[in-house]
Amino acid sequence: MTPPGDVRVDVQGLRIVLAGSSVDVVDDVSFQVRSGELLGLVGESGSGKTTVALALLGHVRRGLEVAAGRVLVGDNDMVKASEQQLQRLRGAEVVYIPQDPASALNPVLRIGTQLTEVFQAHRQVAAAKHLGDPKARLRQTLEEVGLGKTPQLLKAYPHQLSGGQQQRAVLAMAFALRPSVIVLDEPTTALDVTTQRHVLDTVRRLCGAYGVAAVYISHDLAVVGSLANTLTVMYAGKVVESGTTAAVFGRPAHPYTRRLLRAIPSPERSEVLEGIEGQPPHPTRRPRGCDFAPRCPMAAPACSDGPVPVVSLPGGHLVRCLRTKLTTGPDTRHPVQISASRADARDTQLRVSGLSARYGTTEALCDVSLTVGRDQCVALVGESGSGKTTLARCVVGLHTSWSGQVQFRGQDLPRSAQQRRPQVLQAIQYIFQNPYTALNPRKTIGQIIERPLHHFHPSLSRSERDERVTRVLSDVALGPDFWSRHPDQLSGGERQRVAIARALVVSPDLLVCDEITSALDVSVQATIVELLRRLQAERHLSLLFITHNLALVRSIAQTVTVLSGGKVVENGPVKRVFERPENPYTVRLMEDVPKVVRGEQQPRLPAP
Amino acid sequence: MSLNTALASDVAPPRPRATAPHPVTRLIVQRVALGVVTLWVVSVIIFAATVALPGNAATAILGHSATPAQLHALEAQLHLNRPVFDQYGSWIGGILTGHPGKSLANGMPVWSIVGPAVLNSAVLVAVSGIIASIVGVTLGVVAAVRKDSLFDHASSVLALAVTSLPEFVVAITLIILFATVVWHVLPAVSLLAPGTHAWASPRELILPVATLVIVTVPYITRMTRAAMVEALASDYVEMARLKGLPTRRILVVHALPNAVAPVVQVLGLTFLYLAGGIVVVEYVFAFPGIGESLVNAVTNRDVPVIQMIVLLLAGFYVLVNIIADVVALLATPRRRLPR
Amino acid sequence: MATASDVTVAVLPARRHGGWAAILRRAASLPRGRVGLGLLGLVVAVAVVGPFVAPHSATASIVAPFAGPSRQAILGGDVLGRDVLSRVLDGGWVLLAMAAAATALGVALGTASGIAAGYLQGRPDGIIMRTVDVLLAFPQLVFALLLVSILGPTVWLTVLAVGLSHAPQVARVMRSATLDVSERDFVKATELLGVKRRRIMTEEILPNLVSPLMVEIGLRLTYSIVIIAGLSFLGFGQPPPAPNWGIMINENRQGLVLNPWAVVVPAILIALLTIGASTFTDAVARVTIGIDREAETGAVLAPAAGEEP
Repeated sequence: MTPPGDVRVDVQGLRIVLAGSSVDVVDDVSFQVRSGELLGLVGESGSGKTTVALALLGHVRRGLEVAAGRVLVGDNDMVKASEQQLQRLRGAEVVYIPQDPASALNPVLRIGTQLTEVFQAHRQVAAAKHLGDPKARLRQTLEEVGLGKTPQLLKAYPHQLSGGQQQRAVLAMAFALRPSVIVLDEPTTALDVTTQRHVLDTVRRLCGAYGVAAVYISHDLAVVGSLANTLTVMYAGKVVESGTTAAVFGRPAHPYTRRLLRAIPSPERSEVLEGIEGQPPHPTRRPRGCDFAPRCPMAAPACSDGPVPVVSLPGGHLVRCLRTKLTTGPDTRHPVQISASRADARDTQLRVSGLSARYGTTEALCDVSLTVGRDQCVALVGESGSGKTTLARCVVGLHTSWSGQVQFRGQDLPRSAQQRRPQVLQAIQYIFQNPYTALNPRKTIGQIIERPLHHFHPSLSRSERDERVTRVLSDVALGPDFWSRHPDQLSGGERQRVAIARALVVSPDLLVCDEITSALDVSVQATIVELLRRLQAERHLSLLFITHNLALVRSIAQTVTVLSGGKVVENGPVKRVFERPENPYTVRLMEDVPKVVRGEQQPRLPAP
Repeated sequence: MSLNTALASDVAPPRPRATAPHPVTRLIVQRVALGVVTLWVVSVIIFAATVALPGNAATAILGHSATPAQLHALEAQLHLNRPVFDQYGSWIGGILTGHPGKSLANGMPVWSIVGPAVLNSAVLVAVSGIIASIVGVTLGVVAAVRKDSLFDHASSVLALAVTSLPEFVVAITLIILFATVVWHVLPAVSLLAPGTHAWASPRELILPVATLVIVTVPYITRMTRAAMVEALASDYVEMARLKGLPTRRILVVHALPNAVAPVVQVLGLTFLYLAGGIVVVEYVFAFPGIGESLVNAVTNRDVPVIQMIVLLLAGFYVLVNIIADVVALLATPRRRLPR
Repeated sequence: MATASDVTVAVLPARRHGGWAAILRRAASLPRGRVGLGLLGLVVAVAVVGPFVAPHSATASIVAPFAGPSRQAILGGDVLGRDVLSRVLDGGWVLLAMAAAATALGVALGTASGIAAGYLQGRPDGIIMRTVDVLLAFPQLVFALLLVSILGPTVWLTVLAVGLSHAPQVARVMRSATLDVSERDFVKATELLGVKRRRIMTEEILPNLVSPLMVEIGLRLTYSIVIIAGLSFLGFGQPPPAPNWGIMINENRQGLVLNPWAVVVPAILIALLTIGASTFTDAVARVTIGIDREAETGAVLAPAAGEEP
């Protein structure tokens, strides 16, 4: 493979602010990418990574403006380039792969039109690069991204393609003119694991073949780790750490990076996840000094005094921290193992037998059976469309077109929640996926949590009710000042805690958790999952935990059931299923899951 | 949004289309069927409303001083002593066969009164609607493209002020300005004799059309602007910019077609509005259309004429709704071609 | 691209999603909100206070027909020689009262059926929406005319007719909004408690419909004024000699050249009323779009005051 060549992307001191103010969204960001290299730009929400990504194309979103710095792509400064120059460069020299291909494709234009217009707009560039006849080049590109065999693709409209096909079409649009720089903005977030793997392979292959300089933005360290040569970690709009992937994973130097790595679940070990308490500071309320100091376990008074300079460690490893003496060297924390006992279901709470469900005329579940015992967490995993949410809804009574048996503590349950007895409704609680719609925006947190109490225990006195609400709020680590707030004043993680509190206030026996962390950042996800695990142990709850994130399963469940296409394909203790899967589907699933390899890590971009 | 699409399924490539009927045909059939049923129910309502008259048509015509014998005779002539269903049946039958009865005011066949009026009103609505559509859509697109410019702010404020003015206020203002007080260039009242055609003397059309255009353009402009702004702010337009496409192409090929569906709905609503708006406008300008006929008929309690006109208007409503729905469907590939 | 990304978090600090009072307050702080409220206030003041300060009786002829302005009659005389100023001062409150009543009726009816249709779905939805479709086949004015032609023009009948004609449109809008809200998880969460559907509609759904409801109230009020004034203009409002602004415009049309004030003043007042109402409604609409966007993306993105949504 061609060794890393010239520097193709050179960002120097980039600072982007809210238009007309001094509030920055991105500050003092610098990095370089050479041709043939892939740089991973990593951060959670609010880190500014997408803003930086768009700046690489000379684009800022409405309401923002570039206050300082240079963004050099080749010899062109994208910040100072004219509209004409930008039009010439975009799509031909530097391209963008968006996060959501479905919304990036114009719904009223055929795919063919959207592909060929890139050629039409950059005729001269195409000629200069000797790309030949556009039609032939287009066909070749489609082959390269794996869409060569799809008939009628060019005539189709975007909605007629699957998510994976849409993303490949977007990749084709990007690589068609052999750009020198490619910016990928979380391109596989909307795809499931297997498709994600295919798309990542394609990206890897094309970048290697054409010597492209790539910037890959992601919040998913596992994915980035398997692709990138170098990593740049962002927090609150600044670069906090950068270096080779091996260095950053193996010897993380910034406290945030260290904590972030600990928050990532691994499909290979059952260990306690450690999240990071608190949230990143709002751009208008940044602390003096280090942005991470309020949440940093190693913060010293000096950290809050003023801006923190970047420290240079050996091997081109840069870190923005004053406490590097404490943080250099491998992370010596030993992850706490989760006991895998209680994998046998004693004292069965929930038993599902032969459940088949449908939506209209489409079958969603076929003859599914599983059991959840007391004190046990059963994970239900599968790709989207596998039926796992449907199963959860049937169990709880939200979905009523099903046949089969659902028994709770030995008693058959009616299909609809409206027909179930209050004792049952109280004993089975459901936590929804989207924390932003699970709470009534017009009520206060206190009102939301005490609602179930009102309903199931109307005879409780005011003080008794208040006491229970306060207690459950502290159980989910929310202070009593949350009582009178409204949901829109809370972060996603906090809202999800409120949802959990609402479920727990009536002391249920079974909690059904439907993808409750999909909408949350990794560090927040870790705190929620760990909270749940602890609460389950304390209260001897039964947990039915639905997720598409396989790695997460190992950090919370004892048993796992794998669903595919509405059928159960595998079932068993977590350790066994993950380490020695039997069903070929499960085998493939386990292979496709990206893994974070801590400690020494070799970079990728394979030899051609 | 990523959250929803995160669960988007990555299933097999598009299957060949099933043998279900084409969505467009299916929509047309559905809507026409619904429209027929609607019209039928409307006719029942209209008829029932008139039957609910305290006293009956005969009393209304002859007044309270009529003798019982006179009443009885007129009732027999108007078939008012037959059972209700019978009356309804003969009325509907009459309409469907082209004999909607006789006017109570002057004894002439209803159609001879309503017929030419319909034509005139059709001209008025068509001319006003087309002009308003062209002007409104153009202004809306320009305002969206030049968002936040002086033009945009000025037109927005103006539109807001004008948009809710009652037509008779606008009409009176125009009359004051152009016909009576300030200038005397245009006729305040149309001097068309009933029965003549509107396009015979276009001068009579100017003020009524102007009134209707002024009242409807602001709404069209605002809605068009909103649709264009949304299209221009969309992810796919951002993507088009990031592909380095020329601005002109982005506007015309990417943004505009996505605004067609909502704009068509708005234009449909405009024509529907005009059907009601002509009532007041025709009255003010004494324009011989069905609006004026309706007002006269209501004043005279001329039931058969009222029934006919309201039924026609309802029919127009149904037709415009169908057309708007179909065009909007054609402009949206997502609905036109299911996966 | 449009997720709770770094950009959306980076804008204005969180604003409390308030109820109708907060929405009104915010709307009144926008420039167009102030203008709208000002105009509305002005005209309402004239209409409400007018009858008490009118110099002459509204029905007595005191000058020659269409006499020009004089000391006796500041705005001159109308078609029957009555004092234009007094008639103008007397002629507003009935119009406003009728418009308010018709709006209240239409919105109440429309909201109840819209929420029921949107939440209960199934058969109730079908029945309600088919009825709505049928009723929508009549232009509002024509519907009112139809009823008036049959039963004669009276105040309460006009209010009833106009109110009923609003209901279908309101039902449509509220149904659509209800469908949105019903899908949200917190509604399902309450269903899972076993709470009865009627309580869910009033306690969970209705409070979350404040935004579209307020916009609809504003729009309907504006249309009520327009239609009732229009009906009066056509002669189907209050019977003469009532001093209704709409009637005044019509009956004094013939004397436009002689004494334009008899037409112009009531016309201006009606115009200011509708402009004020629609401008304030627009301000409310902007505020609510900002709020809905906040709630939707779960982020703190809100248009700056006065910005186009």
